[in-house]
Amino acid sequence: MTTPLSSPEYDSTSEGLDPTSPARRRFTKAVTVLAIPTLIFVFALAVQLSKDSDIPKLAQVAVALLLGVLGIWALYWAMDRAVSLLPARWAVRARPLVFVGPALLALTVFLVYPATHTIIISFFDNGSDVFVGLDNYSTILTEDKYQRGIINSVLWVLAVPALSVAIGLGYATLVDKLRPRTETIAKSLIFLPMAISFVGASVVWAFMYYFRPEGFGAQIGLLNGILVALGLDPVNWLNQEPWNNGFLMFILIWLQVGFSMVILSAAIKGVPTELQEASRIDGATEWQTFRRITVPMIASTIVVVWTTVAITTWKVFDIVAVMTGGRNGTQVIAQQMVEEFFDFRRFGIGAALAVILFIAVIPILVVNIRRFQAQEEMR
Amino acid sequence: MSGTDSENVGQGRISRKALIYVAISIITITWVLPTLGLLINSFRNPQDIRTSGWWTVLGEVLDPSTWTLQNYQVVLDEGFGNAFLNTLAVTVPAVVIPLTIAAFAAYAFAWMEFPGRNILFLVVVGLMVVPLQMALIPILRLYTTLDLTGTFPAIWLAHTGFGLPLATYLLRNYMGSLPSEVMESARVDGANHWVIFTRIILPLSVPVLASFAIFQFLWVWNDYLVALIFLGIEPDKRVLNVELADLAGRGEGALSLLPAAAFVTMLLPLAVFFGLQRYFVRGLTAGSVKG
Repeated sequence: MTTPLSSPEYDSTSEGLDPTSPARRRFTKAVTVLAIPTLIFVFALAVQLSKDSDIPKLAQVAVALLLGVLGIWALYWAMDRAVSLLPARWAVRARPLVFVGPALLALTVFLVYPATHTIIISFFDNGSDVFVGLDNYSTILTEDKYQRGIINSVLWVLAVPALSVAIGLGYATLVDKLRPRTETIAKSLIFLPMAISFVGASVVWAFMYYFRPEGFGAQIGLLNGILVALGLDPVNWLNQEPWNNGFLMFILIWLQVGFSMVILSAAIKGVPTELQEASRIDGATEWQTFRRITVPMIASTIVVVWTTVAITTWKVFDIVAVMTGGRNGTQVIAQQMVEEFFDFRRFGIGAALAVILFIAVIPILVVNIRRFQAQEEMR
Repeated sequence: MSGTDSENVGQGRISRKALIYVAISIITITWVLPTLGLLINSFRNPQDIRTSGWWTVLGEVLDPSTWTLQNYQVVLDEGFGNAFLNTLAVTVPAVVIPLTIAAFAAYAFAWMEFPGRNILFLVVVGLMVVPLQMALIPILRLYTTLDLTGTFPAIWLAHTGFGLPLATYLLRNYMGSLPSEVMESARVDGANHWVIFTRIILPLSVPVLASFAIFQFLWVWNDYLVALIFLGIEPDKRVLNVELADLAGRGEGALSLLPAAAFVTMLLPLAVFFGLQRYFVRGLTAGSVKG
């Protein structure tokens, strides 16, 4: 038989006391009965607070932080207390529900229900009133601008992971030959963009690609500054179809190489040096050793990095939205989805685009999760 | 091995080494220069930012009139101070809440007996494949009905839902690998699940909690889409990235403010990056299966 303890302090101090003594029970009951309504009230308060713009921002933020952080712990504590009040037989059954219930509830409300709903409204018209079957999907597959979006997204997924992995792998291999201190610094510098948001990176690169027509002042973008210094004409990079897609892709590559480099570098260091030494003694060149020994040994890591970057790339939204807004033939699916939804209020098309995003991701992620699981089991 | 051979090898080594250095330098410079240029620009006079490239400071580095903090001042007064606080109020609970919920659930999946445990856990793992784009429209409709749009709790809960599958999965894997003897002996001593969880499991799980916390922190702080949709673009409600994207969309007029604004946005993630790099890397590795 289990004896639920009434409080964490209790077990160390008063072992042997009856935890269900009447006074204690009454106290716990009072607290529990009050706790849950209080929490609901507090949540409502947080909602109201963030709507009321008269309250000073700092106070608003402080209260929000306190409620958000303490509130969630208070909720579990109150539920655990409530379960302790139940007869022992019931408490044993109810306690797992306390622990796992909120997670299941949140997942149902924020993933299962909306995903199902999105699939359903993708079969309805843009006002979500009339069932239209697969019309939204056939519109997407046949209309020119959506086709462009899909083609561009596919190009992104082909180019960005491949180049991120190639540059990351190359860099990891090269810096592996440096002194450890220099290597750490060199890696940090490449890795740094990982801390930058996609919007931030877009601003960084806006100052690389900045273009002014001739006669409208000096070029302040570095690339055009270089071109002009070399006596060439400045280029409006983000207008050059189809190359502008490549210039946008490079921003994401710039962001993702750090990730790929760090993970691959760790994998390279895991390859036994004896193998590489042996291959060198057998007369293999540095390149052959790399191709025939290192790469096959870290193949599974390469796949993981590749697929991870591919998924990020497939869902890219911010860079395109900020840099071009999808104009000049740079639209991609994830950005079109948000555009359909918020700018044009075409819910049917928007939902269908979301479903296309989703379906394409499934096989890649299943492979990734399986691989991760296998890795965890080996540890 | 003859003398000439080793000499050749030696010479080959030197030129190869030079080649390696050149290659490393080229990549490093390409990767650092854009950010460095922006950083330099952020401290220049607004007039200079608009009329000349950041590299022109090379000739006037020592001239004090080149440098100013004015841009940061203007940016902080013009909404970014507010947006910083908003982002903080969004991010901290949006890290703590999913972490807490996932930790309780992970403990239950690892160490509690209840019907359907394994199937439910598989469902949670399976939900990792759902991109958040799938959830945007219905959740926004739900929030509109409940009049929750534009509130902090609304965005905390959305981020909680999106972060939970990965968090639960990572924490469950970690907690499940902890030695069961520790828990057995605690149970013999009369500790209940609450005590075992808070006193034993949580302290032992600090590494994985830290990794996920950092991953989620970066994710939420750097997020643009979720904040744009659930908090909106009202000036009072904007988080940093929404504010920055708005500024970037204003064209030439806002040009001189963009560099400083971008760095205000990056400040905290960069601090985390430099301060907690090891956990940071671990967090990224762990996040590699997020959908």
